[in-house]
Amino acid sequence: MSSSASTAVSLAGPQAPARDWRTAVARFFRARRGDSPFKRLLIHTTLIVCCLIAVYPGLRVLSVSLRPGDRLLSTSLRIVPSDASLENYVELFSSTEFLLWVWNSLVVTLGTAFVGVALASTAAYAFSRWRFPGRNPGLIFLLATQMIPAAMLMVPLYILILRNGLVGSYRGLIVGYSVSAVPFSVWILKGYYDTIPRELEEAALIDGASRLSTFWRIILPLSTPSLAIVFLFNFTQAWNDFLFARIVIGNAQQIWTWPLGLRTLQDQFRTEWGMFSAGAILVTIPVVILFLYSSKYLISGLTLGSVKG
Amino acid sequence: MDTLLEQILPSLSEVIGTLLVLAAATAVIEVVVYLIAGRLLKSRHLLVWMLVAPAAVGLLVLIVYPLLWELNLSLTNMSLRRFGDKAQYFWQVCAASGGPSGPSWLLECLGKNYADVFRLPVLKQVQFFPVFLRTVVWTGVNVAFHVSLGMGLAMLLNRPMRGRGIYRALLIIPWAIPQVIAVLAWRGEFHYEYGYFNIILTQFGLAPIEWKADPTWNFVAMILTNVWLGVPFMMVILLGAMQSISGEYYEAAEIDGASGYQQWRHVTIPLIQPVLTPAIILGTIWTFNNFNVPYFINQNELESSDILVTALFGAAFEYNRYGFAAAFAFVIFILLLVYVLLYIVLTGTLKESTR
Repeated sequence: MSSSASTAVSLAGPQAPARDWRTAVARFFRARRGDSPFKRLLIHTTLIVCCLIAVYPGLRVLSVSLRPGDRLLSTSLRIVPSDASLENYVELFSSTEFLLWVWNSLVVTLGTAFVGVALASTAAYAFSRWRFPGRNPGLIFLLATQMIPAAMLMVPLYILILRNGLVGSYRGLIVGYSVSAVPFSVWILKGYYDTIPRELEEAALIDGASRLSTFWRIILPLSTPSLAIVFLFNFTQAWNDFLFARIVIGNAQQIWTWPLGLRTLQDQFRTEWGMFSAGAILVTIPVVILFLYSSKYLISGLTLGSVKG
Repeated sequence: MDTLLEQILPSLSEVIGTLLVLAAATAVIEVVVYLIAGRLLKSRHLLVWMLVAPAAVGLLVLIVYPLLWELNLSLTNMSLRRFGDKAQYFWQVCAASGGPSGPSWLLECLGKNYADVFRLPVLKQVQFFPVFLRTVVWTGVNVAFHVSLGMGLAMLLNRPMRGRGIYRALLIIPWAIPQVIAVLAWRGEFHYEYGYFNIILTQFGLAPIEWKADPTWNFVAMILTNVWLGVPFMMVILLGAMQSISGEYYEAAEIDGASGYQQWRHVTIPLIQPVLTPAIILGTIWTFNNFNVPYFINQNELESSDILVTALFGAAFEYNRYGFAAAFAFVIFILLLVYVLLYIVLTGTLKESTR
């Protein structure tokens, strides 16, 4: 942004008038590819309205978290209340184990994402590069697993975990999260691998490289966008999950993840809305940052099929 | 420092332990596959089996096995009253009491739960078909909005312009916010007195709406929330597809005198079709099976706001009819499976992707 502004100034030379807000707005809406000014104005207005709708509910949570405890409910539509305070945040850190919950969530989530990417990237390679017996049924099976309602597996999984003594530990949790993300991840990665020309690998194979080293040295580096998506998908799924974590972790408070912890702020008798919102804002920030950071990968890496042309 | 370490260590050692166990398990699986497929069967596809094996074993243990278990459960009368050993298969019950034989044996003894899904109320009052119809409406309306709004936004963003990165980033936010938190935030906005919608309505001098008590408005509230949640995914997918279309197609269309609409209809749509079809399939499945939105927006436990998956949850965990819920789950699963297989066959998606 700043570099383009400086080149514009240097091109315009010393006679350039001091730019006020009107020229700034005009520059913002400058014609590209023959769109008329009216059309551009319309496009930007629509997008700005949509952005406001997209962001607003989050801002309201922020607003609740900034209100002092005695007046959480209000008919004011102001985002930053006139008597904003960080009281709720201070109380969250001092009276609960919030930091420990976030830390626990972080290690589980990273472990899950690592396992999930490892499982899916290798399986997807097989689906993308070989025609083997059971390939199409396999792909349909992976798609079919997406249709299983979450509540359907809850009872059998709980009993399975109970019988194997996995309650109160992360083992069941990490395996459960990463495996349940495998079908979607394999579809995404397979779609992306399909767009990488086979000639690249064939050249390396002729030079004497093994299949695995071509996978490691050629395919994986070229698939960064889609690996980023799969990582993100695994990460958010594990980070946000409440139901499965409650079943598996149960009462082992030391290893509670944040959804289990924040849940205690909403007990039967009263809900600590202020602290709850403060916690919600704090756990949302890392995911939003991760999403924004990978948004360029999101566009290029989420190939559900390949587009010709 | 000591206490901090004590707090941090349990989860860290759990995770590292898990990763080591998984690495060891993977090594064992690979050796077994190598011995069986490589040495014993001398398979041409040894590498394929070795690549697929870890994921396949995981899916077998965590998805296929529980599904078979669930199938078994669906044939029993297990509930909270008849838990564990007290549960019986219906054919055992029939055999003991000298139940019917012939074709009605199938209905009354083997698949009683399956028949009950269609005969008895799935919750307290509602029958299966009204809930099913509502789920179809819910899915259809949501997916229609997701696709049309997502495609509209993608088309607006698919042009060189200022602030594009910022718009894109802000528009993705509904997808990025943890779903439960987003849904709870929306639930707050439907509050009768303090919610955003009613504040605006009263400021315009209109009567506030009973979002929580009125069945119709509660359903509208669910749809509003879910449309907001689902548009970013479609937008991102379709934007990616549109960006990979070469500009030459549009130049050629322009030279041939095609209007904007004609370009969209005859260049954009056919070229993003391979992406659009799977995106619609996935969107349909996710909306059909969406639990968080109907469950959390419906605070007053209106049965008129239940879709199939929330009814399933209620049958299993509120009314504790485990055997019945298992059969109900299979009915839902098979409905979706049939829909998707039909869709795949009709549109030829899989042929496209295995080309």
